[in-house]
Amino acid sequence: MDLDYGPEYDTFRQQVRDFIEAHSHLAPPSATRAARPSPEAVQWQKLLIENGYTARTIPAEYGGYGAEPDILKSRIISEEFSRAGVPGGLTNQGISMLVPTLLELGTEEQKQRWIEPTLKGEIVWCQGYSEPGAGSDLASLKTSARVEDGNFVINGQKIWTSTAKQADMIFCLVRTEPDAPKHRGISYLIFSMDTPGIEVRPLKTMTGHAEFNETFFTDVRVPVDQIVGARGQGWLVANATLGHERGMLGDPGALENRLQVLITLMQEERIGQARAIDNPVLRDRLLALQAEVSAMKCNGMRILSNSLKGESGGMAKLIVKLQSCEIAHQISALAIDAMGEIGTLYHGSPREREGGAWQWNYMFQLGLIIGGGTAQIQKNIIAERGLEMPREPKLAKVSDAAKATADIAHHKQGSA
Amino acid sequence: MDFGLSQDQQMLRDAVARCLADTCPLDHVRECAELDNPLSDKVLGAVQDLGIPGMLVPEEHGGLGMTLLDAAIVAEQLAYVVAPVPFLASHVLAPIALSEAGSEEQKAQWLPKIANGEARIAVAISETVEARDGAGVSSADRKLSGTALFCLDFEGADAYIVADAGGRLHLVTADALKLETIRLTTIDRTRSVGELRFEQTEAEPLVDDNGATTARLRDAGRVILAADSLGAGQAMIEKAVDYSGQREQFGRLIGSFQAVKHMCAEMAARHEPCRSLVWYAAHAFDSIPEDASIFACHAKSHTGEVHRFVARTSTEVHGGMGFTDLMGLHYWFKRIGFDRQALGGPETVRAEVAALQGWIKAP
Repeated sequence: MDLDYGPEYDTFRQQVRDFIEAHSHLAPPSATRAARPSPEAVQWQKLLIENGYTARTIPAEYGGYGAEPDILKSRIISEEFSRAGVPGGLTNQGISMLVPTLLELGTEEQKQRWIEPTLKGEIVWCQGYSEPGAGSDLASLKTSARVEDGNFVINGQKIWTSTAKQADMIFCLVRTEPDAPKHRGISYLIFSMDTPGIEVRPLKTMTGHAEFNETFFTDVRVPVDQIVGARGQGWLVANATLGHERGMLGDPGALENRLQVLITLMQEERIGQARAIDNPVLRDRLLALQAEVSAMKCNGMRILSNSLKGESGGMAKLIVKLQSCEIAHQISALAIDAMGEIGTLYHGSPREREGGAWQWNYMFQLGLIIGGGTAQIQKNIIAERGLEMPREPKLAKVSDAAKATADIAHHKQGSA
Repeated sequence: MDFGLSQDQQMLRDAVARCLADTCPLDHVRECAELDNPLSDKVLGAVQDLGIPGMLVPEEHGGLGMTLLDAAIVAEQLAYVVAPVPFLASHVLAPIALSEAGSEEQKAQWLPKIANGEARIAVAISETVEARDGAGVSSADRKLSGTALFCLDFEGADAYIVADAGGRLHLVTADALKLETIRLTTIDRTRSVGELRFEQTEAEPLVDDNGATTARLRDAGRVILAADSLGAGQAMIEKAVDYSGQREQFGRLIGSFQAVKHMCAEMAARHEPCRSLVWYAAHAFDSIPEDASIFACHAKSHTGEVHRFVARTSTEVHGGMGFTDLMGLHYWFKRIGFDRQALGGPETVRAEVAALQGWIKAP
């Protein structure tokens, strides 16, 4: 156990702190999570890239800072910006998912063309993966793209396309080889959201807001060179980025921040003459959550340490999405319980706390438990990859009628 | 920066695991559990050969001068095989108490004997966590009166370290007059606890006079109990996964059913972060004083909650067999049950964390 980062990193941490102190007045308000960054957010992003505090390891020729990968320095940067309450670099799907994918699998021309403006916040992307009929079973997606006169012609529908309204571009999974096995018939296309034939409809969720959209494609024509990887390899290309998304959804620092806000709330919120935290039952729940968050923080340090040694995260990493989303949801649930009836106020009501953020979080976090690989899919992954448990037997093909009938008979016998 | 076990610690873990795999199979645990005194001389001998009794004894007193993290690694392995040997009090708390609060004479008298396995000291500090059934010990003029319950590593102890109502520590030898010792029998047949009754019983005080060492013992004890729970939980998860990979129903391995798979995944998902939490809590005890008590408490309460879930879920995965004595799964179930309550159950320990953070007045 050696939790010191060492003198080189202590110096680096001090540099980051000095930078933040000298420049934080230029930072945009951290609350604004608009899909399209404001001009001041774009300026802030530029400053952060120039100083190596975001896009740090992306090569300079593609608009990044061009530093050698150094996990500890990246960690220090995120710790210090978080500690100061100053927004770090932009985090959107283009930067978090598309850029790493292009760096790994894009052509030189694609890297030159798309990475820099994406990093600068000039191009906003959305992700076209899920479909109404393809959620957990994403590889069964049906949006089709046939080739005609040097173009892909796309027809179909995507769902859960957050930021589609504001996006300039989309990275999108489509079926280009209808006769191939489902995982080998998919291609990864990138195209403009201004292309004729695209319609975006807001998708209102249980929170009362439209955080997502449905996106419809009717004879959308995209030049055949706007593909990442080869035809039929889209599944592999997309899997390179799904890992990035799961990483995004499980940051122990974010849990700690939420817990701290909850502690403050419970110290301020009053029930009669006492504070919510004086109620022993509520307080006990808070402490149990604090223990959970502490465990996840230690787990995060272990993952960090493993990656420094070039080891895989193993089970410690496989469980992060499932556990973090669950704990985040419980934090919001406790906040609402601590507020009691006041906790039900929403829609800008008088006496509402923090703009209804706790209720919004409580509902939206349920979405996060479902999205990015449902909790049930996560459990399958933990069981099959982590614990090496036997896989579910494959169901018989529908066309194989005789076998299917036999299976049904067998099943009935079994359950009788 | 390295959050994890050093090479030496990994070697220690593997050496202890190998030794216990040979000397402490489940059949041996069963044999011992049938006896009035369930502790195993055979396993204790193997533990002594590994030098474990001297781990926390300073080098100048013939020990190895190792850390609580090292001891936590051993605790995990002992629990993994439900080893029926004294450890928590005799090999961890007693050496810490004597090293931190013993007089030079006490250190010279006891520490070398602890290190070479000649002497074992049991520890009774439960009443400083919460006094049950009217227990409690008062002290005056080097004499103790009253009752101490749940004296840890009770069987075969040569002496007892006892906390009085003010948290001050005293050493009572097993041959003291007016000392009555009563064996208590818990669900867990792999560890021994007892009751000590004093009536103006001769005792030597340790030099600590403000209860600070007792607080250190609570922290260390909770970390070791958390590590114990971790090892027992690890074993129960592995057993559930193994069993579900062998047992067939409806023409399939039951492990291929999502209902079973998800039970195992939930156990693993809740269990895995406990490992990092226990490591950090042990490290904080050794090196980060400001985090030591809070993390000892969090590790104790959190592993208590998680492994209660693991203990019942693993049993359920085994179906009817899990419920039988034949399978022996209950030894781990009960070990986890004991770990949860010893030195304060989750609610008690969490209340202490609230006080440590100034949320409420000390209970």
